[in-house]
Amino acid sequence: MTTSNTIKDLKLSGLEPLVIRSGMNFVNIGERTNVTGSKKFLDLIKAEQFEEALSVALDQVRGGAQILDVNMDEGMIDGEKVMVRFLNLIASEPEISRIPIMIDSSKWHIIEAGLKCVQGKCIVNSISLKEGEEPFLQQAKTLRKYGAAVVVMAFDEKGQADNFERRKEICQRSYDLLTQKVGFPCEDIIFDPNIFPVATGMEEHRNNALDFFLGTKWIKENLPGAKVSGGVSNVSFSFRGNNKVREAMHSVFLYHGIAAGMDMGIVNPSMLEVYDNIPKELLERVEDVILNRREDATERLLEFAESVKGAAKKREEDLSWRAQPVNERLKYALVKGVIEFIDIDVEEARLQYKKPLEVIEGPLMDAMNVVGDLFGSGKMFLPQVVKSARVMKKAVAFLLPFIELEKATGASSKAGKILLATVKGDVHDIGKNIVGVVLGCNNYEIIDMGVMVPCDQILDRAIAENVDIIGLSGLITPSLDEMVYVAKEMERRKMNIPLLIGGATTSKIHTAVKIAPQFNQPVVHVLDASRSVPVASSLISDEKRDLFVEGIEKEYEEMRERHKNKAVTKDYLPYSEALKNKWHLPWSGYHPKTPSFLGTKVFDHFPLEKLRKYIDWTPFFSTWELHGKYPNILEDKVVGVEATKLFADANAMLDKIINENWLRAKGTIGFFPAASIGDDIEIKNGQESLTLHHIRQQNKKGQNLPNYCLSDFIAPKELGINDYIGAFAVTTGLGIEKWIEQFEKDHDDYSSIMVKSLADRLAEAFAECLHEMVRVELWGFAPSEGFTNDELIKEKYQGIRPAPGYPACPDHTEKTTLFHLLGDEAQTSILLTESMAMYPTAAVSGWYFSHPESKYFGIGKIGRDQLENYAKRKNMPVEVAERWLSPNLNYDV
Amino acid sequence: MKTALLHKTAKERILILDGAMGTMIQRYPLEEVDFRGEDFKNHGFPLKGNNDLLSITQPEIIKAIHREYLQAGADIIETNTFSGTWIAQADYHLEKEVYRLNFESAKIAKEVAEEITLLNPDKPRFVAGSLGPTNKTCSMSPDVNDPGYRATSFDELAGAYTEQINGLLDGGADLILIETVFDTLNAKAALFACLSVFEQREKEWPIIVSGTITDQSGRTLSGQTAEAFLISVSHVNLFAVGFNCALGAKDLRPHLQVLAKHAPFYISAYPNAGLPNEFGQYDETPEQMGSQIREFLELGLINILGGCCGTTPDHIRKMAEIAKNYKPRPLPNIS
Repeated sequence: MTTSNTIKDLKLSGLEPLVIRSGMNFVNIGERTNVTGSKKFLDLIKAEQFEEALSVALDQVRGGAQILDVNMDEGMIDGEKVMVRFLNLIASEPEISRIPIMIDSSKWHIIEAGLKCVQGKCIVNSISLKEGEEPFLQQAKTLRKYGAAVVVMAFDEKGQADNFERRKEICQRSYDLLTQKVGFPCEDIIFDPNIFPVATGMEEHRNNALDFFLGTKWIKENLPGAKVSGGVSNVSFSFRGNNKVREAMHSVFLYHGIAAGMDMGIVNPSMLEVYDNIPKELLERVEDVILNRREDATERLLEFAESVKGAAKKREEDLSWRAQPVNERLKYALVKGVIEFIDIDVEEARLQYKKPLEVIEGPLMDAMNVVGDLFGSGKMFLPQVVKSARVMKKAVAFLLPFIELEKATGASSKAGKILLATVKGDVHDIGKNIVGVVLGCNNYEIIDMGVMVPCDQILDRAIAENVDIIGLSGLITPSLDEMVYVAKEMERRKMNIPLLIGGATTSKIHTAVKIAPQFNQPVVHVLDASRSVPVASSLISDEKRDLFVEGIEKEYEEMRERHKNKAVTKDYLPYSEALKNKWHLPWSGYHPKTPSFLGTKVFDHFPLEKLRKYIDWTPFFSTWELHGKYPNILEDKVVGVEATKLFADANAMLDKIINENWLRAKGTIGFFPAASIGDDIEIKNGQESLTLHHIRQQNKKGQNLPNYCLSDFIAPKELGINDYIGAFAVTTGLGIEKWIEQFEKDHDDYSSIMVKSLADRLAEAFAECLHEMVRVELWGFAPSEGFTNDELIKEKYQGIRPAPGYPACPDHTEKTTLFHLLGDEAQTSILLTESMAMYPTAAVSGWYFSHPESKYFGIGKIGRDQLENYAKRKNMPVEVAERWLSPNLNYDV
Repeated sequence: MKTALLHKTAKERILILDGAMGTMIQRYPLEEVDFRGEDFKNHGFPLKGNNDLLSITQPEIIKAIHREYLQAGADIIETNTFSGTWIAQADYHLEKEVYRLNFESAKIAKEVAEEITLLNPDKPRFVAGSLGPTNKTCSMSPDVNDPGYRATSFDELAGAYTEQINGLLDGGADLILIETVFDTLNAKAALFACLSVFEQREKEWPIIVSGTITDQSGRTLSGQTAEAFLISVSHVNLFAVGFNCALGAKDLRPHLQVLAKHAPFYISAYPNAGLPNEFGQYDETPEQMGSQIREFLELGLINILGGCCGTTPDHIRKMAEIAKNYKPRPLPNIS
């Protein structure tokens, strides 16, 4: 069993460790964050002035507390709620949370709530045998699961221990129960043998301090590993109001308590006199009381107390920084995250500067730059930066009314509008928030879209808000790809907004090599928040922009050149190998169904009413940023109410669209004899012979996994099987412009977006409806299917309808052949733009494959060998093919 | 049985843990349709990127990866469940599949481990049920304006982990690995869940806790030093404690030394293949990593060695080869 020389240390932690070894100096537990002991703290908590309350905690730390006692036991407050709130706030103050917490409550539910907020190993104060053994053991067992040391009060079913014998009895029993029945580590047990007041004038209190010392000594000698603590200020209770005497009493009590083996105590560390500095006369009289040395000790001390009233020692925290010039003070406050003086200091600075904005641009920005540098070099860590940002925001909030006032007089206006978002798939937004704060401080209007924002939403919003700059942020590596995608999308959508890239994994080289080339407008990597301001102002300024952009482009071009020499290799098959690993369908015995007609057929003015039931509403809600599956979304706890409203509005407009023929639906389909030749598909269109070109997956695959290509689903030419392919193009957007124009004239964005989003849904519904008609009747390869709409949405049916430009056939230019087969714009009423986008936008096109084994897949990346082969087959210059397929290339062009 | 065997093996030699799962999955060109498989082809939300789901939809791929690591010399393989809590799966609207996901992941890992053990019964293989940190933090606020706000709670995390642990244990995991801990409070919730599950099952499994030192500050993301982190999780009698991810082997060493000095448990380390380059790729070769790992071993810091982001079976093979020549760190004689 344990012997005294193998006792483990009591180890506690906040952000940093606190190891309490026997024989080590006394450990101070800060007591001012205790509503039962501090009226000031109680008032702050009652008034929910948590910022001030935190500064009380900070005072304790700066005053020398090594553990912070937090107590919220007061009848008038919701102790559990404020305990949680306050501990959470402490966690965001690294200077405080550096030290371990003592969760102090007589209510178990408050203790447990507190334990759920503290990452370090804390002390729970307290449990006891007051309610009997069962709850005591249960609580101790639960504490083992949270991981905490525990203060055990010398208290049992009969009451509080008030003499030496009772202290021995209760502590021994508690110790045995904890170590033997719960397996509680003995070093994690701290006894509080009750500190009671002395010099109360009552005879039975004369030995209170002495009995505590005896009890302490006994515990240390008889209960191996156990520590002793206590609430020191109790001892001087009868001298309330006379801090000079109280401080001396505390020091004397501790002096003797420590000598008896007391390890720690709840004290106000800024209210302690050094034992050696206590005036001799006072020391003697205090010791007489504490050690019960004289019959008249109490009277003598009272007498002395009268003469020294007031004049208490108050150990000040270091406020010397307050003496510095205002700019220095602002810097100090921002870097240290000190919020309490910020309003005064900012006001002082405002009066010194010509314009309130100059305070932001000058001292505040300078300080934020320091924060950025310290963070960047690992000298500050995340919680501190967040704290600094908060001080910054507060400073700016203070200045904002003055800035607005100036604006009203025409002196200033917003410097520009900047949209910020953390890209899809990433939840990290602190860096972005800081950039937002910094830019906001510099008079930019910030639209912050938050985290995990899909590309389309970013770009739609950027367009809707007509922003001057888009800033993307991300911390995890997959975000890099998403940023490349956003840049590509910006290019595809022909946006002319500069793009800023920032966040922990981003880099200048990645921006230069991977992102900037995707987008022909300025793409600039911003190293940190402080750089965001010069970059933004250069991009927005008419004079500086050209020179700045030119400089960036030159620099990035050089970086790309250098990068070219370092090729990255991955696991890809040679194209010839991939081709061999094609999907071999068993063609023998397979008889493709002959379509009911060959050539094309047009379905114009298709009844919209028929499409209604084919609508897949889930993406409609996503468009409106309501996430959830229809119809469950209507009852969703969070978005249900809004979703239901939106759905009602949508159906009301849909009624009008249908009844008043707002939109014209036109679909064109065609069936053609087809045969595969390698990765191409040869099509007969009457006398004309055309070739569809497809791409094959080229990544190295796992065992028995083929490298797919769409041509695998069409019978090879050499087998002489009569196989077919279908093509379709539908739109429901004919006539929509009139409505959009009308809504926008009324500034009715809601209806405008509504009609567009409904048209999109109708187009998808039309494609679904036509596909069904094709399967059941027009081609007829699945005549007996009878699927519900839900099953259709889930694509349970036979055959596929992949669209050019999507994963299975990523080359958008194949749409030229598709539309040629369908009679081009003349017949389809759909225009293909230069970048192969369809107009009206509410349009869907694609191929029909009928083979029962055909399935959707994605091409992924392909090698240069396939690209060259593909370009050759397609009779397209290699560079052009590379451009169209750039997202699918496994090499840098 | 398995627990005793694990302790016995750990006493005898350095145990090899497997390497990165994500890096290996990337070798397979999986698209949305592959992630969906048969079971989720009608799921209303995109699933691509949900690597954990592959245990259900592409079990052969996951098994093949496990097999490669075992053949490379891994003694312990991790289940493919890094994001296997409903909190993390909520991104994919797959909260309801979490138990199954963990069960299947453990089951297939166990199958492969047993298959390989049969080939060489002298070298028992173990399955560690992986508990990731989730994508939320319990002791930090995501809202700069409200530092008291929390996006998740201890109870929510403990509940989510309980479900995950039950799935893993039912599926046959031999131990629990709480890994990539960036917020110690999240890890404490996971430990709380472990202890509650063990209590209910009246049986205990070995637990490894592996933290992450984020950057040059030498602290976890939630701000703790290595020693404070160790103290905060030491209330549980862990099988091992260590660090993984974030840093490469070189930068991990000083923090491992802190653990090795103070921990009464075995020490584990599975660093990344260096720091990510500007493209988010990890490019330290097995040889480069091997020479840094050798330094750990020379110092006698390690009991369990493996790889995190960017490591491959080749890295693990190299580690196993090197580790053979060194003795494991003996448990300090503290009790």
